[in-house]
Amino acid sequence: MAFIVVFGPLLAAIIAGLFHKQIGTRASQLITTGATIAAALASAWLFVDVAILGNARTYELAQWMAVGNFDISWDIRLDSLSAVMLVVVTSVSALVHVYSWGYMADDPHRSRFFAYLSLFTFAMLSLVTADNFLQMFFGWEGVGLASYLLIGFWYKKKSANDAAIKAFVTNRVGDFGLALGVMAVFAVFGTLDFDTVFGQVDDGTVQTLTLFGLEFMALELIAFLLFIGAMGKSAQFFLHVWLPDAMEGPTPVSALIHAATMVTAGVFLVCRCYPIYELAPNTSAIITFIGATTALFAATVGLAQNDIKRVIAYSTCSQLGYMFFAAGLGLYSAAMFHLFTHAFFKALLFLGAGSVIHGLHHEQDMRNMGGIYKLLPVTWLMMIIGTLALTGVGIPLLNLGFAGFFSKDMIIEEAFMAGADGVTFGYFAFVVAIIAAGLTSFYSWRLIFMTFHGKFRGDKHTLDHAHESPWVMIVPLLLLAIGAIFAGGLFRSDFVARGALEFWGGSLPPGPYAEGNYGEGAHGHHPPTWVLFSPIAVTVLGFVLAYWFYVVKEGLPAKIAARGGPLHSFLANKWYFDEIYDFIFVRGARGLGDLFWKVGDRRIIDGFGPDGVAGTVMQAGRRIVRLQSGYLYHYAFVMLIGVLGLAVWLVARAGGQ
Amino acid sequence: MLGQLPILSALTFLPALGAIAILVLRAMMRAEDRPALDRNARGVALFVTLFVFALSILLVVEFDTAQPGFQFVEQADWLTALGINYRMGVDGLSVLFVLLTAFLMPICILASWKLEKRVADYMAAFLLLEALVIGIFCALDLVLFYIFFEGSLIPMFLIIGVWGGANRIYAAFKFFLYTFLGSVLMLVAMIYMFVVSGTTDITVLLEHEFLRDAQTWLWLAFFASFAVKMPMWPVHTWLPDAHVEAPTAGSVILAGILLKLGGYGFLRFSIPMFPDASAFFAPMVMVLSVIAIIYTSLVAFRQTDIKKLIAYSSVAHMGFVTMGIFTMNALGVQGAIFQMISHGVISGALFLCVGVIYDRFHTRDIAFYGGLVHKMPVYAAFFALFTMANVGLPGTSGFVGEIMTMMGAFEYDPRVAFGAAFGVIVSAVYMLTLYKKVVFGELTNPKLETATDLDWREWINLGVLAFLAIWLGFFTTPITDITTASVEALISQYQGALAASANP
Repeated sequence: MAFIVVFGPLLAAIIAGLFHKQIGTRASQLITTGATIAAALASAWLFVDVAILGNARTYELAQWMAVGNFDISWDIRLDSLSAVMLVVVTSVSALVHVYSWGYMADDPHRSRFFAYLSLFTFAMLSLVTADNFLQMFFGWEGVGLASYLLIGFWYKKKSANDAAIKAFVTNRVGDFGLALGVMAVFAVFGTLDFDTVFGQVDDGTVQTLTLFGLEFMALELIAFLLFIGAMGKSAQFFLHVWLPDAMEGPTPVSALIHAATMVTAGVFLVCRCYPIYELAPNTSAIITFIGATTALFAATVGLAQNDIKRVIAYSTCSQLGYMFFAAGLGLYSAAMFHLFTHAFFKALLFLGAGSVIHGLHHEQDMRNMGGIYKLLPVTWLMMIIGTLALTGVGIPLLNLGFAGFFSKDMIIEEAFMAGADGVTFGYFAFVVAIIAAGLTSFYSWRLIFMTFHGKFRGDKHTLDHAHESPWVMIVPLLLLAIGAIFAGGLFRSDFVARGALEFWGGSLPPGPYAEGNYGEGAHGHHPPTWVLFSPIAVTVLGFVLAYWFYVVKEGLPAKIAARGGPLHSFLANKWYFDEIYDFIFVRGARGLGDLFWKVGDRRIIDGFGPDGVAGTVMQAGRRIVRLQSGYLYHYAFVMLIGVLGLAVWLVARAGGQ
Repeated sequence: MLGQLPILSALTFLPALGAIAILVLRAMMRAEDRPALDRNARGVALFVTLFVFALSILLVVEFDTAQPGFQFVEQADWLTALGINYRMGVDGLSVLFVLLTAFLMPICILASWKLEKRVADYMAAFLLLEALVIGIFCALDLVLFYIFFEGSLIPMFLIIGVWGGANRIYAAFKFFLYTFLGSVLMLVAMIYMFVVSGTTDITVLLEHEFLRDAQTWLWLAFFASFAVKMPMWPVHTWLPDAHVEAPTAGSVILAGILLKLGGYGFLRFSIPMFPDASAFFAPMVMVLSVIAIIYTSLVAFRQTDIKKLIAYSSVAHMGFVTMGIFTMNALGVQGAIFQMISHGVISGALFLCVGVIYDRFHTRDIAFYGGLVHKMPVYAAFFALFTMANVGLPGTSGFVGEIMTMMGAFEYDPRVAFGAAFGVIVSAVYMLTLYKKVVFGELTNPKLETATDLDWREWINLGVLAFLAIWLGFFTTPITDITTASVEALISQYQGALAASANP
């Protein structure tokens, strides 16, 4: 079963990628889609077997590297944590494959597209089923490669190529940290196997690592380096710059890679390594701070974007921030719960946006949309469901609501409780999360209103040809909508409440809110009622404001935007991160490269070295010039002299004895 | 099954015989028969190199991986009065380089199939080069080693100087200046070693304990030669020029094999013979390696000539090798050997990729290209794969060497690993930018409209290398199993020597 899940997509990717000319486009699509659907079904079965029935296990497949105790194998590790990821990855991947039949129907290179999608699925699966740090790194960079290929899928477009490189390189900056973290793990523990490492972290010996003359707690340093990797992959503050640009890729890619799966790998990493983070409080505080900052920052930028996909991209960034600060506060199972629900409603939103773009002939600017809900009624309804799930609409105390309500409110409430318990940045995360929730509601409804309501602002031709999407695109939306509505309520007990201890089976701590603590008063674990109601209150406020600005006073925001103003430009320009990075890193690298090349190599090394010598020789005698084609013979001559000299020396020596 | 057959001598002298056969035939032929000779010279060269390759596979199959010492040892009287004998043998440090050389040679011949200028001479030069290079890795006598080592430069000079580009004289001159200085110093050191120890037998010299002060000077003298060969920063500037002027197959051999002579030299001579000096100078080598990795990566980023870019990238990747070797732990050294093998495959493939488009358009200017994917999709796929392998993507052989050497370096000093890991970021920048500019985008240059995709020879060459780059990325033990015993022996000998000199 596990083999079908992991290697089915790989095999399909190889067949479709290498032989699509021979077998044809349709067969390539059938093979890749069939393989991922089979993987999704098998994953569901594994989920029941591993997470519900508790049959965790690991298959060792082959040896990868073996040098002394550096012994790395290829494995498939199945525990509750990887089972959850398997379900998320394969189910979203299967739906995206199906959806792409419609979305990519007119693209001549779609067999290549499907091969990349399946390749991505394989890399992601090998990441989540890794049993050691190095295989995880393999999957980690593998998904980066697939992401690079898919962002740059339309390789004629310069912007797509630039975005692909930006994504790969920014991720490499993160991987720089991750790789060093893996090296540090090996240096400290002498192995890279998860279980062996995690078994040794709390054996009481406090180890330190010296770096640049400073002594670090080994675990804190490892945790921090690994987190740099997570920041890159999950687009956290400072390393988030690639994610919005990644929207250059086809929309199904955005849904699969840049919303539901790959970008959550950082959260998965932190959760997988929770035994390290539990013992690294300082790094955990940093994670909380960065996560919360990202949640707020991305939400503010989301307010001022006009590209429908970019709004959702910043929303993803922001939601990942929620997951991270949850993990930073030690709420690992809550982070995974939000990852799980988020995958459904965010994929739904992206695929819904894709349906709009498809229906409007590749129009992505919301300023050129409006009033099309009658033309795309199903898409409209699906987007509403996605928005309700994202904004976390539900009724506290009754446990009735959309998926995001359960997971996001859980995180917000528990951040408050962590703050009450004195965890660093607990209250900060809570306050930020509340503000960001309000902003989320505002920009989400702004997206709905600008896209579907009011008057159409695009050209007439587009409007005349606007159409609802074909059923291959609608069915995945319906299935994801079911997830967006029910995934929270259905799995809440298993992920974060009464069943959590049994469900996670040691792969994650169930959390302070779980069985044995929940409602028992062990910590007096009852968030005050005002805390329970504040998320929904700001959500409603966000909705009302969005309604006021974009429906009642339609046209007012455009005037505000047109007038500019420093705050608007600051947000619209994404806090000027791109400009600052361009100035420091891109120009810095160019400048240094030129300096080393033109001054270092040419003027100094060559100038004083060979060219300088040459100049001297030229001045010394012009005769050399005539012999310039004879350097070879010179050389042979010198060598001959050398050998002769050696021989003479030896003969003399031998004769002397 | 090989019994007493002198397989190493066969490997070394078969190509030389082929070269001589071609040259003799050429001398006997009349001018009007030249075309026929040229045609046959290709066939002869291909046949000989393939035969040698088959023989080298046999060598590796028969190689006993459990044994750390020299195997297939041959000895014959030569200048016996001087204590100089003909001695050949391979161990885990050298046998893979014999295989790599024998493997890359048929690829070079195939890649040169369409050459028109003095074909017979060209093929003879390559066969001679193969003979000398295999000789270097098999030689167990200082004098023999020196003759092969220096002699191998002559055919390389010819290949650049006769079949090279417009600026070949300058490149050859630069190459000459650098190698000349290194060689003279190494020769002096070798004479000294003979005087002190009374032998040129490398197996005996490996056991000889040189005085500590002498070690420093000997180490520096050998270093001068090997550092130029690697090449290490700051004696690397000959390499980009040599590559730019060399024909495609010349670049493949230069990057694939000749650069490895430096790394092999460190492992064969510097570390086991001068352990105290190696330990003393290791920090310097580390610093130079890290500078090489970062500095040349940044320089590569600014190149406008495809070959120069890949040449600078080679210097950076060789930085991982020197870094790994001088960690003197198992991971670092094994990683360094793996990196050399892997780089032989990947850089060879990249230079072939450049050759493919150079053959069609006769320019290496990056700005000339763009949008090749529309006309050459198969080429684009291969180039993408080797780009990723050069970037060190896991699942390719490039990753294994980098991660092993960095792991070893982290054990030695985390700061070194930090520096090296930084270079890994930059490598992604320059390779992906190159790929984007050459392959992606709209096809705007009308001269590219006539581009044709790979022919079957190019397909075979790149296909074989692609298979290896991926296979070695997933299964590394076929390489490391061969090197393990010898590397462990090397390290324990090294540490024993250090311990002995610490407690005299």
